[in-house]
Amino acid sequence: MDTLTPRTADAVELDLSGVGLRETNRLLHHPEELTGTTVTISHPQGAHSVAAGLDAPLVITVAGHVGYYAAGMNQQATITVDGNCGPGVAENMMSGRVRVRGNASQSAGATAHGGLLIIDGDAGARCGISMKGVDIVVGGNVGHSSAFMAQAGRLVVRGDAGDGFGDSIYEARLYVRGRVASLGADCVAKDMGPDQLTELAGLLEAAGYDDDPAEYTRYGSARRLYHFHTDNANAY
Amino acid sequence: MAVGQPTTQPGASADWRAEHGLRESATFDRATIHEIQRAAATGVYDIRGWGAKRPLPHFDDLVFLGASMSRYPLEGYRERCDTDIVLGDRHASKPLHLDIPVTIAGMSFGALSAQAKEALGRGASLVGTSTTTGDGGMTPEERGHSRLLVYQYLPSRYGMNPDDLRAADAIEVVLGQGAKPGGGGMLLGQKITERVARMRTLPVGIDQRSASRHPDWTGPDDLTIKINELREITDWEKPIYVKVGATRTYYDVKLAVHAGADVVVVDGMQGGTAATQEVFIEHVGIPTLAAIPQAVQALQELGVHRKVQLIVSGGIRGGADLAKALSLGADAVSIGSAALIALGDNDPALEADYRALGSAAGFYDDFQDGLDPAGISTQDPVLAARLDPVAGGRRLANFLSVMTMEAQTIARACGKAHVCHLEPEDLVALSIEAAAMARVPLAGTDWIPGR
Repeated sequence: MDTLTPRTADAVELDLSGVGLRETNRLLHHPEELTGTTVTISHPQGAHSVAAGLDAPLVITVAGHVGYYAAGMNQQATITVDGNCGPGVAENMMSGRVRVRGNASQSAGATAHGGLLIIDGDAGARCGISMKGVDIVVGGNVGHSSAFMAQAGRLVVRGDAGDGFGDSIYEARLYVRGRVASLGADCVAKDMGPDQLTELAGLLEAAGYDDDPAEYTRYGSARRLYHFHTDNANAY
Repeated sequence: MAVGQPTTQPGASADWRAEHGLRESATFDRATIHEIQRAAATGVYDIRGWGAKRPLPHFDDLVFLGASMSRYPLEGYRERCDTDIVLGDRHASKPLHLDIPVTIAGMSFGALSAQAKEALGRGASLVGTSTTTGDGGMTPEERGHSRLLVYQYLPSRYGMNPDDLRAADAIEVVLGQGAKPGGGGMLLGQKITERVARMRTLPVGIDQRSASRHPDWTGPDDLTIKINELREITDWEKPIYVKVGATRTYYDVKLAVHAGADVVVVDGMQGGTAATQEVFIEHVGIPTLAAIPQAVQALQELGVHRKVQLIVSGGIRGGADLAKALSLGADAVSIGSAALIALGDNDPALEADYRALGSAAGFYDDFQDGLDPAGISTQDPVLAARLDPVAGGRRLANFLSVMTMEAQTIARACGKAHVCHLEPEDLVALSIEAAAMARVPLAGTDWIPGR
């Protein structure tokens, strides 16, 4: 296939504008058909579902902007988007590592169970919605309703958080360096102990940032809404 | 709703009340009075399982016009009347081939015991049909015992896992269910055991409220992109269903088709639930009967009737209901409550157990409490062990076979060599309401109200 050009012995370029999305993803789902484990996807041109459903330790660079659900449900792969992402980047990721060099639209890392999602720019609304164990580090700000119903995992925001932060949160742990516009139901600020400082330092280091963890505030569940009670009706 | 301990005093019968001229209010009947008293005492709304209990226009209000002078019947035990169907051959490379047009509706592990899920899989597999996961992920028992398994893709995404997605035979994107269109799932703390909690990534014992909106898409245009993502992840192998609770069915079905659904599932308000507010169950959504013609019209106008298959659920109780749904244009039906009853739910043999819970056989609907003496809607290992998955599966298979044979009986009487050849012209209605909703004439007339 002429569009499948080996760069070096171990590097493959897939030109999305020529190979097409279906064939690109099919090849990524069958890495044994690739001539290497390092892949550059060029000319993504805002396509949706780029590199979705991977389950192999490939190292992928997407050279440009992508649409919805880039790296969706990722397992094992290390994927870098050299551009901006539409909604749902790395949604339901299980493992691996996804880095967005630009900004990400809403629902980044939604429902993800594992792995590490790094967004160097800003993330839109609902970042980390219903997150189930993923670690997310956002270089800039996050939009409203981020960490909504967040069940497990860690979300680090180096900038500010929008309204309704952590609404109806379960057991996820949230760290914000900047200002939180408003907290959602049952989300409260919590003390930063030595364990939290160590945890946060590890997350920042994994994402390649060297902020002082002491500048951050931790947020989590007050666990007041875990059981129905009529006196809590106004909290929802 | 628990009805409280029944009165056992001698003479406290309906006759006794009538003899004394006591008149019950139709507006404030005993169940209504009880509910007001219960709400006043507890300060929480009533939550229960099952579907709408109020009388509704339903399949009972339709009858078939069997063959006679102008139609030729098929010989009951000699001529073939096929029942097999194909679901999802529009886009998927691996569509489902079912031997019977009855599938098992989505019910979660969590709401149901592992034994019940296994029994559903066994029963469905024995007769060559599919079963469906629920709002709690896929269990190995369920996958192992279901020859064909539909994996639900729900707003909560509990246990959502691409490995399970790839292990499924079809994917059902759930927008809503008939018992609560616009509402999310609910599982109270009693049923959030260690295993259920782990599968859902939740703390043990909390009252769990599932999301009602999908977290990463909004509206039909986004759904198109989402469906394409699911196809990309599964390499375009799996049929994608879209399930909606019956409300604005005509529009919902059109939008589902535009979004790329291979199969549309429409669940009427009689469809069951494991736990929902009573007010939601009884007052939101439309009857199954009213939804089917809307769905069929939408499919026909788009030129995809029988190409995008229609599965109808909500109050399907036997072969007559199956035959009527198919006649109105469905390709298959789905059963939930009836399947649980076949497994042993509300068994009169358990009357003493139901009484101890303040209920009675035939009335038990407190599935949210996790105390089901039949071992079905529970996570208590002792109770769950009461259900033998092999025997339960056999009972379900028997019931599904009876349903199918009943539908064949009707189809042959109408001269049809396949149950899906039944058509609206084979039906008339017994009430004006049913005639209007089902869009078939009132019996003995050529009148379809609204036409």
